[in-house]
Amino acid sequence: MLSEIEIRDIAAHRGHYADVRAVVPEALKIVQGHRGWISDEAVADIAAYLDLTPDEVDAVATFYNLLFRRPVGRHVILLCDSVSCHLTGYDALREHLASRLGIGLGETTSDGRFTLLPVACLGLCEQAPAMMVDEDVHGNLTPQKMDEALACYD
Amino acid sequence: MTEPLREKPLTRNIRPGAEPLDLRAYEASGGYQGLRRALKMTPEEIQQEVMKSNLRGRGGAGFPTGKKWTFVPMGEGARRPKYLVVNADEMEPGTMKDRFLMEGDPHQVVEGAIIAAYAVQADVAYIFLRWAYKLSTRRLARAIAEAREAGYLGKNVLGSGWALEMHLHTSAGRYMCGDETGLLDALQGRRATPRSKPPYPQVVGLWGKPTVVNNVETVACVPHIAARGAEWFRSLSHTGDGGTKIFGASGRLRRPGLWELPMGTTLREIIEEHAGGMADGLRLRGLLPGGASTEFLTAEHLDTRMDFSEVQKVGSRMGTGTVVVLDDRNCPVGMLLTLERFFARESCGWCTPCREGLPWVVRTLEALESGCGEPRDLEVLDMHARLLGPGATFCALAPGAAEPLVGALRHFRADFERHVAEKRCPWRQPCP
Repeated sequence: MLSEIEIRDIAAHRGHYADVRAVVPEALKIVQGHRGWISDEAVADIAAYLDLTPDEVDAVATFYNLLFRRPVGRHVILLCDSVSCHLTGYDALREHLASRLGIGLGETTSDGRFTLLPVACLGLCEQAPAMMVDEDVHGNLTPQKMDEALACYD
Repeated sequence: MTEPLREKPLTRNIRPGAEPLDLRAYEASGGYQGLRRALKMTPEEIQQEVMKSNLRGRGGAGFPTGKKWTFVPMGEGARRPKYLVVNADEMEPGTMKDRFLMEGDPHQVVEGAIIAAYAVQADVAYIFLRWAYKLSTRRLARAIAEAREAGYLGKNVLGSGWALEMHLHTSAGRYMCGDETGLLDALQGRRATPRSKPPYPQVVGLWGKPTVVNNVETVACVPHIAARGAEWFRSLSHTGDGGTKIFGASGRLRRPGLWELPMGTTLREIIEEHAGGMADGLRLRGLLPGGASTEFLTAEHLDTRMDFSEVQKVGSRMGTGTVVVLDDRNCPVGMLLTLERFFARESCGWCTPCREGLPWVVRTLEALESGCGEPRDLEVLDMHARLLGPGATFCALAPGAAEPLVGALRHFRADFERHVAEKRCPWRQPCP
């Protein structure tokens, strides 16, 4: 069952579209915002509320990069691996994170603090290399600046 | 060639690091005068004015904006509702210009979208924004709310009798959403797969209704054309393409950044003057003129003027106009591998050459980079460069992926051959 707050948030967007299906991406983002990720149960809950089949909702949930169909840590690090960041030090940053946190791409630290994911160009190319942590952007990264930035998330 | 006016309409209100202008300050700077002027004209007159301005779509394809609008069915017989969608799903690697405009002057984007919607008599406008642009989300949401409050949106826009509603749609991340028809499917709450064209979205678009999709920078130009006219807009440019352009440069440069310059500014001026040239001790090996889906150029092309026609003459495309520079300490094969990994990962899997070909290209490049390359691999890459090209797929992702592949094979062939001959990447330490 969706919570009252989830229903209220989804309902606020429903009227923006000519067809109920169009609210599915927003509904998935809202539920992920409350629950951290999209479980099978969450898919079924959204489908029931919008009168769609679970498969119709899951087709969307499994397509978009930033909808998480598996649990993630308390903070998600999105490390940009596109061309400008590649040219300016992406490899060194990824290796630094691997040794520092003990995780590779797609993995979560054993204490559940961080999940590391690849992301396509963040549009911070003039500040490359760059990453996002949760909703914050960090540019002009070096391994040291990365450590300083990550220290703020517990 | 006549000397362009040195005005910077798009960035006149942008102060990087500072809060953008709110509605009142934007109005005080002349904001919404373009809309007021547009509403005194007929939609067809606005279409003609934008056509005369030679504004070409800034998303990368360069299709004339006014002409795109003329394909929309007009008049009483047109099917409704009609839609205007601003493509703010900027995700082309190496491209950060739309973020700069949305964060820096959100009302300019909103005003441009309203005028574009008026020009095609749209009933509803969406700004389709990528998930990662959090600051843009907040600032655009506020600008839309302020515009609604002030009567620039709603049931009777500035008393004109025309109604427009505007919604901000934030996506959940996928490069395919930037494709015009993939975007429409994404907006309808489906997987973003491309549609067959024709019919074109202007006739059969969102929910089957007439729809125009315009890029952020394109709509940002529109208020200025409406306020000051087509002739003025054309005189901002060095060349036949109208207006200024937000150019950018990234890579190992002294001052990577973004600048509003006359359309037709040379690559040399962008890289050497504005970006300050290469970082210490580095030499320019090559460049992508406008994002990941444009062909490599080299130092011999630096005097090329950056506009949609001129860059095509030297075998590439201006694309998004944000240059990515390759230096001599980075391996060209490694750079190409990064580009192709992106395309392979972002492919939606709808068309065979893209779904099957791109992973094949990636595996071949990985083999070259790890010292397992064979002479035959270059033929394999040449083959895919052909198979991924225009006409074999529904959307432009695969042809886009083919462009840097073709360019790298042309300009850096000797580097590929060295990888094969030496059985290693020459830019890395040999294996112990």
